[in-house]
Amino acid sequence: MTAALQTFGLVRRFGGIAATNNVGLTIEAGARHALIGPNGAGKTTLINLLTGVVRPTAGRILLNGEDITRLPPHQRVRRGMARTFQISQLFADLTPLETVGLAISERRGDGGDWWRVAGSKPGLNAEIAEILDRFRLSAVMHERVATLPYGRQRLLEIAVAIACRPQVLLLDEPAAGVPDHERQEILASIAALPDTVTVLLIEHDMDIVFSFARKISVLVNGALLTEGTVEEVSRDPRVKAVYLGETAHA
Amino acid sequence: MTGPSLPTAQVAANLLAARARWHPLEFAFWLTAFAAIWLLPNRHLILTEIAWLGLFALSLDLILGYAGIISLGHAAFFGVGAYAAALLAKHGLINEPVLALIAAGAIAGLVGFATSFLVLRGSDLTRLMVSLGVALILRELANQFSWLTGGADGLQGVTMQPILGRFRFDMFGHNSYVYALLVLFVLFLLARRLMASPFGLSLVAIKGNPLRARALGISVEARLVAIYTVAAFYAGIAGGLLAQTQAFASLDVFSFDRSADLLLVLIIGGTGYLYGGLIGAVIFKLMQDFLATLTPQYWPFWIGLLLVLIVLVGRERMRRWARPVRVLAAKLDWRRPAAEQAR
Amino acid sequence: MLTILFDGIAYGMLLFVLACGLSVTLGLMNLINLAHGAFAMAGGYALVILVNNYGVPFWAALPLAFVVSALLGLVLEKTLYVHVYRKSHLDQVLFTIGLVFMAVAMADYTMGMTQVFARVPPELQGQLQVFGIGMGRYRLLIIVICGALALGLQYVLVHTRFGSRLRAAVDDQRVARGLGINVGHIFTLTFAFGSGLAGLGGALGTEILGLDPAFPLKYMIYFLIVVTVGGTSSITGPFLASLLLGIADVAGKYYVPKLGAFVIYTIMIVVLIWRPQGLFTRTAAR
Repeated sequence: MTAALQTFGLVRRFGGIAATNNVGLTIEAGARHALIGPNGAGKTTLINLLTGVVRPTAGRILLNGEDITRLPPHQRVRRGMARTFQISQLFADLTPLETVGLAISERRGDGGDWWRVAGSKPGLNAEIAEILDRFRLSAVMHERVATLPYGRQRLLEIAVAIACRPQVLLLDEPAAGVPDHERQEILASIAALPDTVTVLLIEHDMDIVFSFARKISVLVNGALLTEGTVEEVSRDPRVKAVYLGETAHA
Repeated sequence: MTGPSLPTAQVAANLLAARARWHPLEFAFWLTAFAAIWLLPNRHLILTEIAWLGLFALSLDLILGYAGIISLGHAAFFGVGAYAAALLAKHGLINEPVLALIAAGAIAGLVGFATSFLVLRGSDLTRLMVSLGVALILRELANQFSWLTGGADGLQGVTMQPILGRFRFDMFGHNSYVYALLVLFVLFLLARRLMASPFGLSLVAIKGNPLRARALGISVEARLVAIYTVAAFYAGIAGGLLAQTQAFASLDVFSFDRSADLLLVLIIGGTGYLYGGLIGAVIFKLMQDFLATLTPQYWPFWIGLLLVLIVLVGRERMRRWARPVRVLAAKLDWRRPAAEQAR
Repeated sequence: MLTILFDGIAYGMLLFVLACGLSVTLGLMNLINLAHGAFAMAGGYALVILVNNYGVPFWAALPLAFVVSALLGLVLEKTLYVHVYRKSHLDQVLFTIGLVFMAVAMADYTMGMTQVFARVPPELQGQLQVFGIGMGRYRLLIIVICGALALGLQYVLVHTRFGSRLRAAVDDQRVARGLGINVGHIFTLTFAFGSGLAGLGGALGTEILGLDPAFPLKYMIYFLIVVTVGGTSSITGPFLASLLLGIADVAGKYYVPKLGAFVIYTIMIVVLIWRPQGLFTRTAAR
C-alpha cells in the first residue's frame, strides 16, 4: 500500500549547515505521527520542505506515491496537503467567515471565479457553517481576525487547514502560545480529526504527543535519531539523553 | 452563539451576500455624478477630466489597494492607451471612438500582461523600479519614434469622429462628459463585481499574507498577473479617454509626475474600497484648479507638501478623522439587518 | 574606444559617489529615499553659487558643497526622516516623492529653470595626454577623487570600529542595539555623510551632467538602478554596478545613439529578471 507521505534522503543546506540531513520518512495513510526534537533540530525546516516553501538541496518527496519535489506550494495543496503554521499565518483584515469561505472556494476550484458574488454558489454556505460550528467560531465569524483572541486564531488556523479537505495534514505546534484555558479546545479539535486524514504533528509538548500520536520520529540536528511507537521511543535512552536539560513542559 | 432564530449557514449566506450589495451612499454618489450632466453644464470640461482621472486612479487601486503592488510607473499603461487611441483616430484605423477606446485599452492590457512578470519578483523596491523603468522606457520610445508620435511636440492633427456615429465631441465637453462618465460607470460596475467575487477576495488575501494564500492552494502569481493586466486595461482606457476628449496626446502622459500625482489622488481618497480613486480625483482636481490660479508654476511644491504632511500625520490618524463619516455611513447602511442578526 | 572607456569610468565613479549614500541608507534603515537626488542638487547649486557668485575657489568650494549637503541631511534626518523609518514602504515612497517635489519647486523658484554651470578653473580644462590617450582633465579629477573616496569608504567600513558597528547595524538592527551600539546615532551620521557624498557628487557632476531643478527627478532612476543592481550589503557592489552602468551608458550612447538611452534600462530589467536581489549581494545564510 502506498504511504501517504514519504521522503528519501531529504537534505537542505544553508551555507555550510545542514538544517535537514538525509531524512527518510514514511508515513502511512491515516497515521497519527508525531515529530519531536529539541529546539533547533530542524522540525520547521522539514515542514517547510514538505510543503514546498523551501527547496531541498537533495532528496525526494512523495505524496501518495506522486513525486512532488519540484512542485510549488499551492500545487501541493491542490494535491491534498495542508499545514498550519507555528506562528499563526492568517489574514488580519478578513473575517473567519471570509477566510474559511476562501479556503473552501479555492478547494472547489471556484477561486478564480471573477464574476459570481462570493458565497453565492450553492452548498458553499452549508460547508462554511459546518466548519465554523465544528471549531466554535460561529459567534465570531464576522469579526476581523486581528481582533480575535490568540486561542481563537489558533483554532481558525486549524479550521482553515481542515477546510482544504487535505489527505495529509501537517500541524506545526498547534497549541503553541495558547493560554491554558484555551488549549483544551485545540486539543479536542485535533483529537476529533477524521481517520481519513493522515496527520503529522510537530510538537514540543509531550503530553499532547503521548495522548495523540501512535508513531513518533525524533529529529536531532536535522537528522532522524530514531523512530517507533510511543512506548519504544519513550523508553529509548538516547531520546532521554537528548532531552536531558529540556523541561518537558506540561 | 448565533441569534436565536438563524442557523449558521443562513447567517453566513446573509453576510457574504451583503458584501456585494450596494450601500445607499453609493447610489447617492452616482446619482450626483449623473445629475451633474444637467445641473453643472458649465463645468463639463473639468468634470470630464475628473472622470478619466478617477478611472485612472481606480485602476491603480486595483493593484495597490487590493493586491498590494506599489507602482511608480502606472502612467505607462495610461500613456499606451492615450497614444493608441489618438493614433487610431488620426490614421483612421478605427473611426468609431468606443471601439477605438476598447482597442486602446486592450493594447495597454497587453503591455501590462507582458510586464506583469517583472513585477511579480523581488521586493517592494524592485517593483518600484521596474514599474518606473517601464514607464521611462515607453516615454523614451515615444520620444525616439517622433515620426509616429510627434515627439516632444505631441501628436497633432487628431480629429475625432462622433461617438456611435451620432454624438459629436464639442468644445464645451458636453458629450465628452456623458461619454467619459458612462465609460467610468460601466468599468466601475465591472470592477465592483470583480472585487465581490472569490477572485477579488483572494486578492485581498494575497495582499495580507501571500504565504498563507499559497498554503490555501492559491496560485499567487497567476492572480497577480491577472489583476495587473486588468489594471493596465483600465489605465489604458483612462488614457484613451484623455486622448479622445482632448484630441491630443503628448509625452507627458508617460511622465513620472503623472504617476506620482496618481498616487496622491488615490491616497487622498483611500485605497481598497474602489471609491477612493473617484473621491480623490474630485478633491485633487478641485484643489489643482484652485491652486493653479494662485501659483501656476510652483504647484508641485504644494503637492509635495501635501504628500509629506499626509505621511507625517499618518493615514491611520486621517482615517480616524473620517470616523464621523463612517459612523454616518453605518447608520445609513440598509444592509445592516443581515449583519445585525449575526451577533 | 579607450576614451569611451575612460569617460565611462569617470561617469561610473561619479554615479557611485552620488548613489552610495542611498545604498547604505536602504541597507541600514530599510528606507527608500527617492529624495536622495535632492541632496546632490543642493551640493551642485552650493558649488555654483559659491564659485560663480562669491568667487570662492573651485577647490575650496568642493568640500564646502559636501558640508552643505551633509548639514542639510543632518537637519532633515533629525526633524523629518526619523518619523518615517517605521512606516511602510508605500509611506516612505510618498514622503520622499513629496520632498523631491518640494525641492524641485524651491530650486526652480530660487535658481530658475535654466541649466547652470560652475566656472571650472583653467587647470581642469582641456585634456592631458597619458600614454597617448587624451584624457579630459576634469574627468581625471573625478576619477581620482571618487576613487579615493571609494577606497576610503571601504577602509572605514572594514577596518574601523565605526565601520564594524555600521555593518553590524545593517546586518541586524535589534542585535546591534542589544550589543550597546547606538543605532540612532549611526543612522544620523550615515544619513548625513551619505547626503554629503551626494552633494559632492552633485557638485562634481555639474560640469558633466548639467544642473537644473529637474536634476533629482532625471537621475533618480540611475541611483535606483545602481542600488538595485549593486545590492545594499557592501560598498564594492554599488561600486562595480556604477562602473558597469557608467561604461554601458556612455558606450551605448556613442555606438548606438538612437537606442543609447535604452541600454541602462535594459540592463536594469535583465538584472532584475535574472537576479532580483542584485548582482553583487552576497546571499544571506539565513
